[in-house]
Amino acid sequence: MSQRIPVTELTGGFRDRAEVALADGQLRTNFRTAMDSLMKKRADAFPDEEEREGLRELGNRIKARALSRLPDLLEQLEAKLTDNGVQVHWAETTEQANEIVHGIIQARQGTQVVKGKSMVSEEMEMNDYLAERGVECLESDMGEYIVQLDGEKPSHIIMPAIHKNRYQVARLFHDKLGVDETDDVNELIQIGRRTLRRKFMEADVGVSGVNFAIAETGTLLLVENEGNGRMSTTAPPVHVAVTGIEKVVENLRDVVPLLSLLTRSALGQPITTYVNLISGPRKADELDGPEEVHLVLLDNGRSGAFADAQMRQTLNCIRCGACMNHCPVYTRVGGHTYGEVYPGPIGKIVTPHMVGLHQVPDHPSASSLCGACGEVCPVKIPIPELLQRLRQENVKSPAEGPKVKDGGAKYSRKERLIWRFWRTLNSTPALYRLFLWGATRFRKLTPKHVGPWTQNHTAPVPAKRSLHDLAREHLARNGGQ
Amino acid sequence: MSARSNILNKLRTGLAGSIPRPDDFDERLVTEPWQYAPEDRVMRLRNLMEAVHTEVHQVRSDDWPEKVAAILAERELGNLLHAPATVHGQQLAVHWEQSGSHVQLLAYDRPVEEWKEELFWQVDASITGTVGAIAATGSLVLWPDRHEPRLMSLLPPLHIALLKASEIEDNLYAMMQRQNWSAGLPTNLLLVSGPSKTADIEQVLAYGAHGPKELVVLILEDA
Ligand code: SF4
Repeated sequence: MSQRIPVTELTGGFRDRAEVALADGQLRTNFRTAMDSLMKKRADAFPDEEEREGLRELGNRIKARALSRLPDLLEQLEAKLTDNGVQVHWAETTEQANEIVHGIIQARQGTQVVKGKSMVSEEMEMNDYLAERGVECLESDMGEYIVQLDGEKPSHIIMPAIHKNRYQVARLFHDKLGVDETDDVNELIQIGRRTLRRKFMEADVGVSGVNFAIAETGTLLLVENEGNGRMSTTAPPVHVAVTGIEKVVENLRDVVPLLSLLTRSALGQPITTYVNLISGPRKADELDGPEEVHLVLLDNGRSGAFADAQMRQTLNCIRCGACMNHCPVYTRVGGHTYGEVYPGPIGKIVTPHMVGLHQVPDHPSASSLCGACGEVCPVKIPIPELLQRLRQENVKSPAEGPKVKDGGAKYSRKERLIWRFWRTLNSTPALYRLFLWGATRFRKLTPKHVGPWTQNHTAPVPAKRSLHDLAREHLARNGGQ
Repeated sequence: MSARSNILNKLRTGLAGSIPRPDDFDERLVTEPWQYAPEDRVMRLRNLMEAVHTEVHQVRSDDWPEKVAAILAERELGNLLHAPATVHGQQLAVHWEQSGSHVQLLAYDRPVEEWKEELFWQVDASITGTVGAIAATGSLVLWPDRHEPRLMSLLPPLHIALLKASEIEDNLYAMMQRQNWSAGLPTNLLLVSGPSKTADIEQVLAYGAHGPKELVVLILEDA
């Protein structure tokens, strides 16, 4: 039972990758099974609709309030953290953020880093950056560890290795770690535990993400089930947290509903096994905990999204993954097809601000606009609305001044001309009649292949007589009764 | 210009002309669905914790050390990390002496660096106090300090936690208010809701990922 299934290659564009993924039966089964179960878990975790909707509304307001004071809150957070003994750094680009992290490691002459789960560090491609500079950066979340061991990227923001089944993991561990092949999930996890525990003990620096940064108290809040987050933030002598500037909330009580929304939406759990609130490095009389704690605040396009009142809503995101779990497109094509750090609906609305629409021109249209994502989003981001907006930005001409990074990536003069012609045709009666006359007479001449439409449908052929014609005839015959 | 001022300037430009949203936090939304009669509180906590593989015992404040001894004996463990300077640590030590237990009592009495290897690999179990628990989510609240440092509840495969029944709150919001968390937090505050676990392979739940494989909670009913 240890078949090796080819993993979707990260080449070509969204369409090419989607085709490969769609043809991969195993991949589709892995995703379908996982997403069905995650959807059910979420539904079970919110049995009371009224309670759920009240909480979502509150979550939305808390984030909107935080964003409406974002620069002030960031300054307050910085001041509080500094008081608590945490060093705060700011980075506009991922390059700057990597330099900062590398600098901290170098100052300690560190060579080994363990990392708790952090999507921002994925944005930074921190593992590669550090590896190139002789620093080993090891993922310690089980899913992330598996993915890293296989030289892959995460395919889901909460469940990084969800595209693999146990047999694939068993073979991977056998090949890379030299252990006996076992399809017992418990045994596989114990192998990971043993290997990583040594790494936690030896690491010079621990890196983590942040779920919520609390300005009021200068506290970094992290959620997790495994304990690898606590290990990474507690065992090594230095802890570096990296996070996006949108993660700050005003006060401690604000995290009560957000935490509940996050864990219930993501995993259907009332709470994660660990909620880890870090408010400073080891104090003089304490016996463990890192001697230094750093926070790196990363912009990477977020301030660009912030500048647009509608797009600002993308910064509400608490990275729960519910939108991808409920997305019919994501479930079928899997996370790697998106080719970027954040897949699924959330990826489609945040990625353009980070890398520009030129790099992800198909993202806004890879959606059926069914609305499931917006319906489940715990902080009520109107994802379908933002996708439509991005579609518009995507086809704006340079003269129309697209507002999103690299907007107009799909602008085509030919397409514009066709639409202009179509408008004139439909708003000029004489022209319209002439067109109808031609279309019905020469109906046999319509093309048999009209792009993707004819992959699964027969090409449309105009009727012999137009509806106008038939109606006129009918009225003439029946005298308009 | 520094990255800091660039970012802040961009954000401020983005906000030009707008006013901050009012703070209309409605605390009823996070309290009302999560309130319990005093007699149900322990049951709720127990049910939720047991659902995620936590072993829960209701004991008395004078006989819990016996229970600890029994738990260790059942598992044939060789040592237990405790905090000698705490009240419960002393209570435990007294019982150990009177009963002549063979399980070695260890103390976290030096910085982690001085005994990392031993602490990471050779401690079988630990016992710590808690500062309360939350019935709504089935969570213990741990407030690590010099006597019960952070790693004490994380590294040993078995973690035993003592909880006073009177310190169980209905929900997280109530807990924050009662303990006035806004006024000052420890360097590391923890909510613990079961033994460490993962579902990263095929969503199959496996316990003992990186932290304790087992969590045992002793609820002191008369405390
Ligand atoms: S957009 Fe909403 S549903 Fe999607 S990850 Fe972010 S918070 Fe969750």
